[in-house]
Amino acid sequence: MALMLVKFDMKKRVKLAQTIWFLYWFAVMAGVLVFSMGLFFKIELRKRSELMDNNESHLLPNVLILMGLIACGVNAFGGKVCYDSLDPSKFIKWKPMLKPFLMFCVGFNGLLFVTALLCFVMRIPLQFTLAEGLKNGMRFYKDTDTPGRCYMKRTLDLMQMEFRCCGNDHYRDWFEIQWVSNRYLDFSAKEVKDRIGSNVDGQYLMDGVPFSCCNPSSPRPCIQGQMTNNTAHYSYDHYTEELNVWKRGCREAMVSYYGGMMNTIGALVLLVTMLEIAVTIGLQYINSSLSSLVNPEDPESESEGWILEKTVGETFTDIMANMKAMSKGGKVEEEAEAGVATVS
Amino acid sequence: MVLLKIKFTQQRRVHLAQGLWLLSWTAVIWGAIIFCLGVYLKMELLRRDEVMDNTEIHVVPNILIIVGLASIGTNWVASCVCQDSLDATRFPRWKVFLLGWFAVAAVLCCLLISVVALSFALQGRLEESLKVGLRNGIRFYKDTDVPGRCYQKETIDRLQMEFRCCGNNNFKDWFEVQWVSSRYLNFTSKDVKDRIRSNVDGRYLLDGVPFSCCNPSSPRPCLRYTLTDNNAHFNYEYQSEELNVYSRGCRQALTDYYMELMNSTGPGVLSVILIQMSVILGMRYLQTAVEGIMALEDPEGESDGFLLEKGVKETMEDLKVKALIMLQFWLVDPIATEGSSEDADLEKAEKEASPTPAS
Repeated sequence: MALMLVKFDMKKRVKLAQTIWFLYWFAVMAGVLVFSMGLFFKIELRKRSELMDNNESHLLPNVLILMGLIACGVNAFGGKVCYDSLDPSKFIKWKPMLKPFLMFCVGFNGLLFVTALLCFVMRIPLQFTLAEGLKNGMRFYKDTDTPGRCYMKRTLDLMQMEFRCCGNDHYRDWFEIQWVSNRYLDFSAKEVKDRIGSNVDGQYLMDGVPFSCCNPSSPRPCIQGQMTNNTAHYSYDHYTEELNVWKRGCREAMVSYYGGMMNTIGALVLLVTMLEIAVTIGLQYINSSLSSLVNPEDPESESEGWILEKTVGETFTDIMANMKAMSKGGKVEEEAEAGVATVS
Repeated sequence: MVLLKIKFTQQRRVHLAQGLWLLSWTAVIWGAIIFCLGVYLKMELLRRDEVMDNTEIHVVPNILIIVGLASIGTNWVASCVCQDSLDATRFPRWKVFLLGWFAVAAVLCCLLISVVALSFALQGRLEESLKVGLRNGIRFYKDTDVPGRCYQKETIDRLQMEFRCCGNNNFKDWFEVQWVSSRYLNFTSKDVKDRIRSNVDGRYLLDGVPFSCCNPSSPRPCLRYTLTDNNAHFNYEYQSEELNVYSRGCRQALTDYYMELMNSTGPGVLSVILIQMSVILGMRYLQTAVEGIMALEDPEGESDGFLLEKGVKETMEDLKVKALIMLQFWLVDPIATEGSSEDADLEKAEKEASPTPAS
C-alpha cells in the first residue's frame, strides 16, 4: 500500500505542475538568498579577522555559499522538469533521470538541515576564538610602529566605539596591560619610573582607559585617567559612576553580534530546507502520477500519485535487500572469478 | 504651416502607442525612485535636525517627494490614454483631460529643473544654518542638566565621531567655550579660580577638547588637554601634530555630506526630466494623429501628427489674441455696469434739476 496516495485527473496534474514550477522558482531565489547570506557572513568575519587573530573558521560561510549554489542549480533543473511534465513528449527524456535526481534532492535536503544546525552550533568555537583574539589585540594596541600590527590600535578603537564596549570582559582589562607606547613615555620622569618599578614585567600600567571606551551619554566630560582615584576628580565616585565608560566587555558584544547573525541565518536556512522538502515531495507526486496512468496512451486519463510506492517499512526492507543483493552479487562474481582462476 | 509634421500610418500609430505606453511605465518607475530619493534625503536632514538652525533646505526633498508622487499619477494616466488611443470609442473621453495633462506635465518638468537649481543655490543657506546650529550645540554642550538641552552633549559627541570632525570650523572652537559643566568644577581649587578670572565672562576655558574629537588613526594615545602646551606632554609638538584630533570642522563635514547626497540625485533627476519630456512629445504626436484619424473616420488610413497646428509665432499670436479677448471680456463687463450706474446718476441729477425751474 503506497504512502499518502492521492488520485489525480488531468486538471489536478496540470495544477500541481504549475504550483510546483512556481515554488521551484521561489526556491531558486531562496538558493540565491542562502548564497548571499554566506557571502555576507564571510565578509563580516574577514572584516574583523584581525581581532580574531586570523584564526577564525570559515567553514560555515563556505558551506552556505556551496549550498546556495547547489540549491540554485537543483531548483532550476527541477523547475525545467516541472515545466516539461505537462508535455508527454518532452517529459519522456527526463523520466530516466528523475529517480536518481529525487534521491539526490533528499540527500541535499538532509545536508541543508545539517547546515542549519551548524549555524546554531558554531557559536561556541567562535566565542573561544574571539576571547583569544581580543586578548592579544589589546596587548598589541600600543605597537603602532610594528609592521603587521600598526593598525591594531585603530581597529580596536573603531570596534570599541561601534560596539559600545570596553576591554575584553570589562574596562579593568586595560589596567593590566601597557597600552601606551614607550615612544611617548618620558623615562626620566619620576611618575613613569614609579609605575614601571611597581610590577614584575616593568610595564607602564595605569588605571586609565583609551578614549574609545568613553560613553557619549555621560553627563560629564569623560574621565579616562586615574579612574580608581576618587580624589583626583571633583564630585567623582568610581563605584557609583555608571555612564562614564562603557560597562560591557567587547567579547560579549561581539559574540552577541555574531551570534544574532548566525541565529538569523540558521532560521532562514531552516525555512529554505522546509521549502526544498515541499518541492521534492511535489516533484515525486508529479513523477509518480505521470508514471501510473490508467491508460498509458491517453494523456488525459486518471492516475495516482504517492510519496513512496510501498509503506515505509516495506521500502526500508526493500532497500536493505537490494544492498545485500548488491554485496552478494559482488561476492558471487568474485567467487566465480576465483573458481575460474582455480579451474584454469 | 505646422510644426514638425510626421505622417502616421496605422502601423506607425500602433507602434507609437505601444512605445509610449512602455515609456510612460518607465516614467512611473522613475517617479517612484524620485519619491524614494526625496524621502531618504528628508530623513537624513531630519536626523541632524538638532544642529541645523532653520529648515530652508527641506524645500529640496519636499519638492522631490511632491514631484515623485505627481509624476507617478501623471504617467499612469498617460499609460491609460495610450491603451485607449487605438480604440475609437474609448479615446474621446480622454480628449477633455489632455490639455490639463500637458499643463501638469510641463509644470512637473519645471519643478524638476528648479530642484536642480535650488540644490546648488541653497548651499550657502545650508552652511549658515549649520554654522548657527553647531555654534549653539557647542555652547550648550555642558548643559546636561537643563531640560530641552540635556541631549546636546550626546548629539554633538556622536556627530563628531560619525563625521570625523571637531568643532565648528576647527578644533580651536572648543577653546572658546566652557564645555565642562560647573557641577564638576571645584571652585576652591587654584587652577579653576585662575581660569575663571582669565576672561571677562567668568567662564572656565581650557585648551582642551572632548573625547569625541580624538582620531583613532593616531599612533599615540589621544591627547585631549593642554593641547597648546608642548611641555605638558613628552615628545609632543602642537604645530606639527596632525593625527591627534580631527582637523576638519563639522560644518564643512556636514555640508560636504549633504551636497554629495544632493549631487548624487542629480543624474536621476536629469534622466526623469528627459523621460518626461519625451512622454510629453510622444503624447502630443499621438493625440494629433488619433484626432486626425477620428476626423477622417477611417481607422486604417493615414493621418498627420504634429506638435503645433500652426508655426510657433502664429500659435503665440493666437494665444495672445485669445488672452486679450478673455481680458477684454472681463474688463468690458465692469465698465458696462459702471457706465449704466453713471447714466442712472446723471438721469437722477437731471430730474432733480429740472423740477426747480418749473417751481
